[in-house]
Amino acid sequence: MPMNPTRKRRLTIVLAILAAAAVAAVLVVLALQNNMNYLLTPSQVQSGEAASYKTFRLGGMVKAGSIQRASDSLKVTFTVVDAGGAMPVEYTGILPDLFRDNQSVIATGHMDNAHFVATEVLAKHDETYMPKELKDAMAKAHEGKRVEEAAAAPDSMQGNPKP
Amino acid sequence: MTPELGQLALILALLLALAQSILPLIGAWRGNRALMAVARPAAAGQAVFVAMAFGILAWAFLRFDFSVQYVADNSNLALPWYYRIAAVWGAHEGSLLLWILILNVWTVALVAFSQKLPEVFASRVIAVMGLIAVGFLAFIIFTSNPFGRLLPMPGDGADLNPVLQDPGMTFHPPMLYMGYVGFSVAFAFSIAALLGGELEQAWVRWARPWTNIAWAFLTCGIVAGSWWAYAELGWGGWWFWDPVENASFMPWLVGAALIHAQAVTEKRGSLRAWTILLSIFAFSLSLLGTFLVRSGVLTSVHAFASDPRRGIFILAFLTIVVGGSLLLYALRAPRVLGGKPFKVVSRETVLLIGNLMFAVAAAMVLLGTLFPLIGDALNLGRISVGPPYFGFLFPLLMAPVVLLLPFGPFLRWGKGEAPVLKSLLLRVVIAALACAIVAAFLVDGNLKAIVGVAAAVWITVGVLLYAYKRWREMPRGRRYPAEMAGMLLAHLGVGVFVAGVLLSESLSVTRDVRMAPGESQHIGSYEFRFDGVHRANGPNWKADQGVVTVIRDGRELTVMHPQKRTYLRGQVQTESAVDAGVTRDLYVALGEPMDAGNVEGAWALRLYYKPFVRWIWAGGLLMMLGGLVCAADKRFRLKRGAGAEAGAIASLRVQENHA
Repeated sequence: MPMNPTRKRRLTIVLAILAAAAVAAVLVVLALQNNMNYLLTPSQVQSGEAASYKTFRLGGMVKAGSIQRASDSLKVTFTVVDAGGAMPVEYTGILPDLFRDNQSVIATGHMDNAHFVATEVLAKHDETYMPKELKDAMAKAHEGKRVEEAAAAPDSMQGNPKP
Repeated sequence: MTPELGQLALILALLLALAQSILPLIGAWRGNRALMAVARPAAAGQAVFVAMAFGILAWAFLRFDFSVQYVADNSNLALPWYYRIAAVWGAHEGSLLLWILILNVWTVALVAFSQKLPEVFASRVIAVMGLIAVGFLAFIIFTSNPFGRLLPMPGDGADLNPVLQDPGMTFHPPMLYMGYVGFSVAFAFSIAALLGGELEQAWVRWARPWTNIAWAFLTCGIVAGSWWAYAELGWGGWWFWDPVENASFMPWLVGAALIHAQAVTEKRGSLRAWTILLSIFAFSLSLLGTFLVRSGVLTSVHAFASDPRRGIFILAFLTIVVGGSLLLYALRAPRVLGGKPFKVVSRETVLLIGNLMFAVAAAMVLLGTLFPLIGDALNLGRISVGPPYFGFLFPLLMAPVVLLLPFGPFLRWGKGEAPVLKSLLLRVVIAALACAIVAAFLVDGNLKAIVGVAAAVWITVGVLLYAYKRWREMPRGRRYPAEMAGMLLAHLGVGVFVAGVLLSESLSVTRDVRMAPGESQHIGSYEFRFDGVHRANGPNWKADQGVVTVIRDGRELTVMHPQKRTYLRGQVQTESAVDAGVTRDLYVALGEPMDAGNVEGAWALRLYYKPFVRWIWAGGLLMMLGGLVCAADKRFRLKRGAGAEAGAIASLRVQENHA
């Protein structure tokens, strides 16, 4: 069939859109791959699940009495726990307002030997709110394990710890 | 007694909304004028009852009626009256009531200004607005009653989330909702057009200012939210690609595309189906925005009023609205096609490319925002997509828009002339390059800052050249009609915004430091001296208030007072101190005392130097102003002649149907 001008123009437009869509798709996949953050709990990290990720998010509760500040810098260390594990965390900077003992937190960072070096620490936003994904992660880690940190986290994992 | 009246008012409003939606639809279908005539009075009645319900809730807050659960949960005796008003929409139930109130404001305006539209069409539009109201009123009445009682009545209430106790919060949600809900007009308009199977250019012209105003409000709401996050959350950032920010940004992007698509449809008749599709998406994304904020399915800094059960209702509503309207679109869109053809080099092409970019950007944001849900559904683990994803893709998608922006206005409809483009291209390239070279010396070769200056100059020079062309070629009085002036303002806003974003992102200095009283820190030529912390008291909080003196060139510039507030119920909230300026902001936030027992001693402090950060919001406000000015154009008011003519045709059809 001969190509009339309208047909030809339409074909060009369709091809251009297809090409643009292909480029966009490739870029989106690349960007997604580089920026996906997985959320893991301390017990998942200890069972080796973090090995394949350079940076990931560590979610759990701040173990009561574990917060220690350096006297001469903004360095602070604390322990994040879930039902079956504990992970020492190191962070340099200013902690969020809601950061305190027994608070659920999400820290972004990487493993350095046996401890987690955080570049960002988020505390949950209000007293009754726990991020759903963290709740799920902790509930999952909780399955089939005995509650070792019951003393540290008296309200258990799904609860809403009141300060 | 009164809270029950509020509940009753809501139920009556629901009944009227049902009447407002169902009867006129049947009337328009069967050609029954009496049924169509129900639309306007029913809408007015619904508005009265919704306003009454809202007023009753506000009154309960003002009177400290803690026997109402919602009031007891969100206010207390110490909360000042202005925050008690803001508390009305501070949590889930009240914010939905605000949503429906604003929907009624839009509907009443629609009823008042649509007198000259053909009767069949106008009653369909009002009926669709009624359907939306039915969905939301049912949602409030059946799942989120703000008037529920709390017995026995407590002596005092809890507290409004301290993050919300800020002037920004009093008007961020109403502005945002004005925008979200405002897109319902364009949506109702498109659905009415699909139902009727025809779309007159005159009707699109009439619909344009509504979209512009809604988009302007949404812009204002986003700017207010961004400002609030900057000042109140104590992080000093202005945009975080947080799910809820994205939720407001997606309708904004689609709305921006819609404004331009409507212009094409109104002037040339082309892109009709696309305009309709965009109106459907703009409103659907607004609903999704409500869903994301209110359901708590996504982890977000905003998720303070979440309840997944309610999410299911909104999700079902969303499915009906999106699914139903897309189905209608698939069935009816071919009927409304038409318009004049255009060449590759034409204003239509440029606008279409911009439109596609906005649409793709919205899709990209949607994918990134909902990815955790997708990952969850596919069992990929608990994934979230980091800000770099958006930060990488968004500028890439917007680059063509920025590059094409100066050329659009210069091109003619239908068929543009290449020589005009060449001379324009030459001028903007020279201007952008010259400014970039000058800027390179000022910013020490920081590439991002140089690009920012070049892009801003590119846009601004393009806009100014077009303004000059109009000045030269058009007779006095016809140079800058409101529509034109609005476009120029909004486009200038884009330039200012781009400059603000790239300059502040690239040149900001952040410093988290430990400071003992008397110690100083230097950022550039500014010296920040920490003069210790003392106690301060507010109406419902106590605070540790820091004193930071800023010195420049040996002169005391300002004294800043960042606070660490503790509210009545023990919530802690950082109040940053900002010294605003045209070319830079100085920003100080208190961290925590290094030794909890000694607040007189050293503290952790966060110091920021943020150049040109205010230009970001200034650019946003210019865009908002542009949208409003554009909407004021006289051309958009339906001419009596044209409207009467269309009305006559419509009534002819109605009579035919009767016969």
